[in-house]
This record gives sequence, structure tokens and C-alpha cells, in this order.
Amino acid sequence: MLDQPTNERRLTIARAMAEAMQQEMQRDPTVFLMGEDIGGFGGIFGNTRGLFEEFGKERVRDTPISETGFISAAVGAAMDGMRPVVELMFVDFFGVCFDAIYNQMAKNTYFSGGNASVPMVLMTSTGGGYSDAGQHSQCLYGTFAHLPGMKVVSPSNAYDAKGLMTAAVRDDNPVIYMFHKGLQGMGWLSTEPGATVNTPESDYSVEIGKAKVVREGRDVTLVGLAMGVHNALKAADRLAEEGVSAEVVDLVSLVPLDRETVINSVAKTGRLIVVDEDYHSYGVSGEIIATVTEHDISKLKASPARVTYPDVPIPYARHMEQLCLPNPDKIIAAYRKM
Amino acid sequence: MAARKGSASGAKAGANVSADELKSYYRDMLLIRRFEEKAGQLYGMGLIGGFCHLYIGQEAVVVGLEAAAKEGDKRVTSYRDHGHMLACGMDPKGVMAELTGREGGYSKGKGGSMHMFSKEKHFYGGHGIVGAQVPIGAGLAFSDKYKGNDNVTFAYFGDGAANQGQVAETYNMAQLWDLPVVFVIENNQYAMGTSVQRATKSPDFYERGVAYGIQGEEVDGMDVLAVKAAGEKAVAHCRAGKGPYILEIKTYRYRGHSMSDPAKYRTREEVQKIREERDAIEHVRQLLLTGKHASEDELKDIDKEIKGIVNEAADFAKESPEPALEELWTDIYTDVAPQNA
Ligand SMILES: Cc1ncc(C[n+]2csc(CCOP(=O)(O)OP(=O)(O)O)c2C)c(N)n1
Ligand SMILES: [Mg+2]
Repeated sequence: MLDQPTNERRLTIARAMAEAMQQEMQRDPTVFLMGEDIGGFGGIFGNTRGLFEEFGKERVRDTPISETGFISAAVGAAMDGMRPVVELMFVDFFGVCFDAIYNQMAKNTYFSGGNASVPMVLMTSTGGGYSDAGQHSQCLYGTFAHLPGMKVVSPSNAYDAKGLMTAAVRDDNPVIYMFHKGLQGMGWLSTEPGATVNTPESDYSVEIGKAKVVREGRDVTLVGLAMGVHNALKAADRLAEEGVSAEVVDLVSLVPLDRETVINSVAKTGRLIVVDEDYHSYGVSGEIIATVTEHDISKLKASPARVTYPDVPIPYARHMEQLCLPNPDKIIAAYRKM
Repeated sequence: MAARKGSASGAKAGANVSADELKSYYRDMLLIRRFEEKAGQLYGMGLIGGFCHLYIGQEAVVVGLEAAAKEGDKRVTSYRDHGHMLACGMDPKGVMAELTGREGGYSKGKGGSMHMFSKEKHFYGGHGIVGAQVPIGAGLAFSDKYKGNDNVTFAYFGDGAANQGQVAETYNMAQLWDLPVVFVIENNQYAMGTSVQRATKSPDFYERGVAYGIQGEEVDGMDVLAVKAAGEKAVAHCRAGKGPYILEIKTYRYRGHSMSDPAKYRTREEVQKIREERDAIEHVRQLLLTGKHASEDELKDIDKEIKGIVNEAADFAKESPEPALEELWTDIYTDVAPQNA
């Protein structure tokens, strides 16, 4: 279960990320940050706030708008034993710098026969819902998870956000850390309140590669990550009113993918709905369903379903975008069809 | 080949410009300013979503360069694009209705503030990825050169975008192939919260073409006549088949980077000082009045006319219906139906 929110120390994901980086920077002098407006500005999503003041411009380094350059530079520094945490402001901008990411960052460990590992974190914002159109609203989870050589995580709440960041910085592999804008807790962007949860002050890790059953149930398994988890939890609440018991699995990590937790859950419930804000085809939703059906299709009492973003560039007009986004209604409708 | 500091074209205020021309620059700049103010209001009312990047303060750049353009010349720019669209003659109603995401918008509500096009007016976007428009501009110029006409393309980008790798790649190709493209760096001194000084040790962007053999010059972007004169020179160079040209136009944005800017990276006084001392519209207004080219009453009439156009655009943008939901599935491809409609 998610940590019960108490009033003690509820942090937004933005603050939780910043706290993890702060503690890792205090602990390990090889950790440094790079990105656009992550310094005095504190990151446009608030996740580096306060770090420039504490660590200075050498370790909290504002970059020019040169993504290919600074991400590949981080690869170089990482191969020499540094631990860069780099921000790609919006995941949509990966198009400018994907060579740095998937040909360099993701492959150098392998191509060096393990000689030159690349211990770095690439954090990047995902998600839409606020009318920012198709170059600033995508999730692209599947795009990154598809490519071998880098771990991929995405927290749904502040507790996991902090623990995953700590684990990512300490990991000797490149880790793509995807944070959803709608969970971030920024004043200027509406935020899902369920993401702001009790977060311990001490440093701790959340294991990369381990999914979490965040709500137990018997009748159907709802699998999601990031914002998808909150949509699933809301749907589960409403299904419960009708006497349907839904189990919710938060994937937390896409690479490695905890297939076992998903398989075990579906073995129990017999029904599977995947909630994914990424495009419908060739993505996470297909992978989860394949995982379950390849393992033991006889466990399924109904065809699996997915609630995803249609294969459409994300439109600007609010009502069009809202029509496309996954939501609890669509999850419930998918269940009813089963 | 050289890069020149200062407004080499040095148009003296009022020299060689007719009263009518001055008035039309005044009018065009005012249209952009009032349009943007209105967009800011509609954003505040929740009628415009996402990010919305206003052009207030930079009006003299596009108006000056459009004065140097001829029919068929092309332009391409970033997300800070409203001014460019108005200056090249796109309909304020269609632009405003795109901001509100309506059917009557230039992209039928699919693109929003950052993504609009008008092939009719030779405007090729509105681009959300910083720097993306620069090689696109080179490609537009390539097309003109290939077809054998003498049109030029204006590729506008910011001081921040100038540090993108694809800009360097484009400079090299454009010069190698003698492409008729004017690279217009709108140096408003900031890229979001990062000042030019914090992003480069080579802050004279007009000099950056030197390594590739591209001529460049620095222009006072608060003086529409200086911009026009520099634009004419650049355009003549391109039309003569001599290849690309760089104009670094020194300007300033008065508003935040977008509508959600904490504005902590510069002082209020800095903004205030430029507004008071360097405002491009006020500059032309003074030229008109002191040169007795226009009376206060005439200028008031222009103000009124602009107000009418902007109000009409805003009304249209509010009244135009939301796009039909079926529109979601059109224009993804030119032919095939979407996969999972
Ligand atoms: C490839 C890419 N990186 C980063 C961004 C985020 N971003 C949008 S505008 C901007 C600043 C650009 O500044 P500048 O080029 O000076 O243009 P201005 O906004 O001043 O007009 C940044 C960093 C982006 N949209 N695309
Ligand atoms: Mg700028």
C-alpha cells in the first residue's frame, strides 16, 4: 500500500526529487547536475530548487540550449567516474539529442565489454492535460523502454520519487527518470493531490525493477505507472462502490520490468486492464499484455484491455486533448466490457 | 566577408522614409502589441491554455524585416510567433482563434499558440522545439533556389536557440550551397531564465557566421528603420545569389518567457528602463509627431482602428466553435485512416 499520508512530512514530487539529489550530492562529491535553467531558476518543474544555493554553479550547472552537447558530455564524464544527473526539460525534446541517449549513454557499457560503464541519470518531464500540444505533452515511456541498455523509472508519488532518485544516482547504469508534470506539485500546473505523500527525511532507496501492489483486489488487475496509477486508484474506488474489487499495480519501473508482480496479480484476479498515457500502439500496454498472455493465457477470464492515448499527435484544443487522455471513466467502461 | 558591429546600415531616424511608411510601421507594430495584450488577457481568463509566449517589446524586428520583404518571400520562426504571423498579413482572427483552440484557428485548434502555418502567406510555422526552424528555413531557401526564383527566406530564432548544434550545421550548409536565407537572431537577451552572458562566451551572434564565411551584422532592434535598412541589405545579398546573411537584432521582451514565468532572473527596473527609454513603438510615434508627419488625432484614429481589429479577433476567437471531435482523426496522414480511431 502507499504510505498513509500523515501531516508530518508531505512533500511534492518536485521537493522529493530535490531532497534526494541534495542528499546524494552531500554524500558523494562526484554527483553533479546539468540542465537548462536548473540553477538559480530551480528547474522549471521545481525539482532542483535550493540546490544551486547550497552547491554552487560548479555542481549545479546551467547549460546552454544544447541538448546533444550536454547529454553526451555527461556520458563522457560518467565514463570517467563522475555521476551526472542531467535534465532534459521535456521528454518531447529527445528528438534533438537521441543519439546521445541511445547510441552513447545506453550502449557504451556493452561496447566496452563492461570496461566503461555510464552511471548517470537523465531526468525528464512527461505528460499533458494542460493544452500544451504535441511537442510538450507526450509520455514516450515505450520509446525509451524499448531500447536496451538503460533503466527506465517513473514515480507516481513523492515517496517513490525520492527513493527512486536516490537509487538512480547510486546505480552504475544509466537511468532515465521520467516525472509526470501533472504529479509534480507546481503552483502553475494543476496537480494530482494523491502524489503528495509522506516522505521520510532520511535517505533511502526504492528498488529499481520492483513493481508495487498499491491496492489489493480480487476481480480485476489495473496496471499503470505515474499518472496512470492515480487514474486506476480512482477507478478502483468507484468500482468498489459497485462491489467490484480491483487490484492496482504501480509498475514504478519499466526497465527492468517486474513481470512477476503483474503475472501474480492477474493469476489472482483473472482480468487485466493496462492504463498508459503513452500512445496505444507498440508500447507499454502491449508489453504488459504480452507478458501475461505469454506466461499463461489460461489464467485470463476475459480478453485484456488497455486504456491508452490514441495514435494521434497530441492536439492543443482542450476538449480534444481531454477526449484522448486516459481517465477513471474509461477504465470503468473497459471493465464493464469484460 | 565581414561581421559588422553596430547598425552598419545606420538608417537615421526619419531619413528617406515617407510619412505613409512611418505610419504603416506604427500601425503594424501597434497591432502586434495590442493583439498580444489581448492574448494575455484571454489567457488570464482561461480561454488560452498551455504556454503562450508574447512578442511585446520585439515588434520592430518583424515589422522592419517585413518592410524589406517582397511577395513570395518566406518566413519561419519559433513558438514566439504571433507577431510574425500578423506582420506577414495573416488574419488576426485566425491567429487568435488558434490561441483559443477553435475551429476558425489557422490549425483548426490542433496546434495552438506555438504551431500555426499559412502557405498562402508563406509562413512555415510556429515551432516548439528550440532551433528546429533554422534548418527548415534553409530547406525553404533551397527550394526557392532550385526553382530558380529570387525569393528569400527569413529564418528567425532566439539568442538561446543560437547555441543549438543544428544552427551550426545549417550555417555551414547554407553557405556551402549559397542558399538565399536570412538568419535573423532575435537577441532579446534571455532564453527563459538564462541570460546571454550565462549561456555563451561568444555573445556577438552576428559574428558566428565568420567561421563559415557568412556575412553578418548587428542591428538595433528597437529602431524599426534600422531593422528595415539592414533587412534590405541582407535581402539584396541573398537575391543576388551571394548566399545567406546573418542579422543579429538586439531587442527585448517585456513580458515573461511565457505566461508562467516567475521573473526572478532580471529586475523590474531593468524591464522598466527599457520600456521607458527604448520602446520601439514610442520611438516611431515621436518621429511621426516631431516630424509633423502625423497629428495626435491621426494617431488616435490608428489606435482606434487597431483596437477594433483586435476586439473583433477576440470576439471571433471566443465565438468560433470548438473543433468537431472528428477533426481529431484528420490530418494525421494525408490519406490513410488512423489505426485505432
Ligand atoms: C530543444 C528544446 N530545448 C528546450 C526547450 C525549452 N525552451 C523553450 S523556449 C526556451 C528558451 C529559448 O530562448 P531563445 O532562443 O532566446 O528565444 P526567446 O524565448 O527568447 O524568444 C527553452 C529553453 C525547447 N522548447 N526545445
Ligand atoms: Mg531570447
